[in-house]
Amino acid sequence: MTKLIEPGDKILPGNPPAVHRYRLGARLNHWTTAITMVLLVLSGLAMFHPSLFFLTAIFGGGQNTRAFHPWFGVILVISFFLLFLQFWRANLWNRSDVAWLAHVGDLVAGHEEKMPEAGKYNAGQKFVFWVMALLILGMFASGIVIWDEYFFGLTSIEIKRIAVLGHAIFAIFAILTLILHVYAGIWVRGSFGAMIRGWVPAGWAWRHHRQWFRALVGRGEPAE
Amino acid sequence: MADNPYLHNPNAAAQNPPTASLEMKFGPGDLIRRSATADLPPPERQLTPLAKLIDVSICIGCKACESACIEWNDTDPAIEHNHGTYTNPHDLTPEMYTLMRFSEWVNPETENLEWLIRKDGCMHCADPGCLKACPSPGAIVQYSNGIVDFIHENCIGCGYCVKGCPFNIPRISRKDHVAHKCTLCSDRVAVGQGPACAKACPTQAIIFGTKEDMKKHAEGRIADLKSRGFKNAGLYDPEGVGGTHVMYVLHHADKPHIYSDLPDQPVISPVVQAWKGVTKTAGLAAMGFAVAVAAVHGLFARANRVSAEDEKNAEQLLRGEAKGGSA
Repeated sequence: MTKLIEPGDKILPGNPPAVHRYRLGARLNHWTTAITMVLLVLSGLAMFHPSLFFLTAIFGGGQNTRAFHPWFGVILVISFFLLFLQFWRANLWNRSDVAWLAHVGDLVAGHEEKMPEAGKYNAGQKFVFWVMALLILGMFASGIVIWDEYFFGLTSIEIKRIAVLGHAIFAIFAILTLILHVYAGIWVRGSFGAMIRGWVPAGWAWRHHRQWFRALVGRGEPAE
Repeated sequence: MADNPYLHNPNAAAQNPPTASLEMKFGPGDLIRRSATADLPPPERQLTPLAKLIDVSICIGCKACESACIEWNDTDPAIEHNHGTYTNPHDLTPEMYTLMRFSEWVNPETENLEWLIRKDGCMHCADPGCLKACPSPGAIVQYSNGIVDFIHENCIGCGYCVKGCPFNIPRISRKDHVAHKCTLCSDRVAVGQGPACAKACPTQAIIFGTKEDMKKHAEGRIADLKSRGFKNAGLYDPEGVGGTHVMYVLHHADKPHIYSDLPDQPVISPVVQAWKGVTKTAGLAAMGFAVAVAAVHGLFARANRVSAEDEKNAEQLLRGEAKGGSA
């Protein structure tokens, strides 16, 4: 059963009214993941395509880029795992998500009012969540195989070739998903603030996550 | 290189160098490939292709080549334990650019035990998998004479060359974190000398010169071997990697694998080709396209903002609930 209300979610009465959406722990976790993801993308792309090799300068050269990248990965895996533990129940897929996805064209065209009401997370957010979880798992596993500094002896060169190809493909899809995620956060005004401050205006909750908002209102336990 | 008499003489490597100071015969202007560099200007001249020829049939396994290699390259291989064969150290290492591999093979036709000794090391492929895989501009270069060289100052130590190589040659050093392999003594060849291993070889099983001369010399050796009953004697210059600038005369050229797993048909792995080909190109294009779509949508579509109506509806819902609660 998809969880509709996560711990810490509550109506914040006032003028204008607001809704608490992300706890401090979740926000810190999110931004740790985000920063390490950016570092991973920059250092990874530098080693992926010659036209982006100049990005190694950010890390103080190619040797550093090569040495730091897997450690960024370790931090990301731990950070994302903690994020996963907090968010997965509210990201379980349910039948209304299919209807939401079927109307995604309306959303992009600027007619969100035609969309089915979304819960704490809409189908797009759930998609990003699960795709990222799988890709991070794939990149972690393939990354260990090609982390020659510590794991060279564990696998054959043939396996390492497959791992390095898989790592690149997973990373491309992860970056595409990241672009979707970041752009959605920019385009849907107020999302960025939600992840910074932890709360959203009531109008935002009504517009984007009405089912969740209704559930919180219906719970009838406004903050003290 | 045509003016260099040392390179036209199959025995050049065994001779002593001239005492006069020597001019560099080739350098950075002679590159035909440079790793992670798309727009390398073509060289102004074409050097004569060179090659090292290793005649496995007259190698006596003395390891003078190993010693000469260590000496010239000033490496410091660890003293290891005996692994049960004459092969020592157990494998190529970042400090060991060439290694005599010993294998015992029973010829099924003659029931004779044949002691096969192969000097392993970089083959200097015409189509080098290491260079294809390398992500660091200028860390691996190929000169028009065929020498494939690692430029350590540009190496980032990622180990992609290890994955690209069809012969399992490059080794990443734990000391300096860069890849090492045989240079074909590019520094010696540049001043008209042959590789150190060739100079040290007491039976001239290793010789060095133009690739053309080496092939001619090999023909003579192969004819000799055939006359002595090795009907499958032949030259190992595998086409799958465009030919190599280190070639072997094998008495059983129909089965290279019996020589300590020398690949029968070496090619750059299709996995590496896919990684460095379509994945790299299509991946970058897809990411660029996604950014462009986002930018266009961001510029031309209206931002998704909370409207006054949304705020009104939200407050109504909250008020309604509050009323309901107090009733």
